[in-house]
Amino acid sequence: MSDFDVSGNDKELQEFLMIEKEKAQVNAQIHEFNEICWEKCIGKPSTKLDHATETCLSNCVDRFIDTSLLITQRFAQMLQKRGGGDL
Amino acid sequence: MAMANVDKGELMEQVKQQVAVANAQELLTQMTQKCFKKCVNKPGTSLDSSEQKCISMCMDRFMDSWNLISRTYGQRLRREQSKF
Repeated sequence: MSDFDVSGNDKELQEFLMIEKEKAQVNAQIHEFNEICWEKCIGKPSTKLDHATETCLSNCVDRFIDTSLLITQRFAQMLQKRGGGDL
Repeated sequence: MAMANVDKGELMEQVKQQVAVANAQELLTQMTQKCFKKCVNKPGTSLDSSEQKCISMCMDRFMDSWNLISRTYGQRLRREQSKF
């Protein structure tokens, strides 16, 4: 095992780095959701999150993901119809 | 070989720490922006006690929100995965 090309030769390290990268991506996604959904759902901060606010936050995450999936789908259809040539 | 194992373990720990630090930094940046926006509407010459109280509550609600969203996202990921 060479001193410098550790990740190239080391399966365990490669896997570890891949998992840590995925974890970091999940964190980044959560920050993004929190930023967007805070604006949509939180009014004046009080002593706890009431039930309506919690429902709003939870729905916000699911609807954002639904939106992303829908746009991906429709965009693929748009590309098919136009033949994809112009883009 | 023993030397290589120690280095790898340290490297893995460093990576984990860096990920944690980056996460905390993002959290603080977001929290500061959101709570300033909610709580400090007319910036004066210092933060008065109602502003400080608001910021304190805001921080707690921000963490509540983060945790709830984290849970919801995890549940949604598992739902999507189980479809395959």
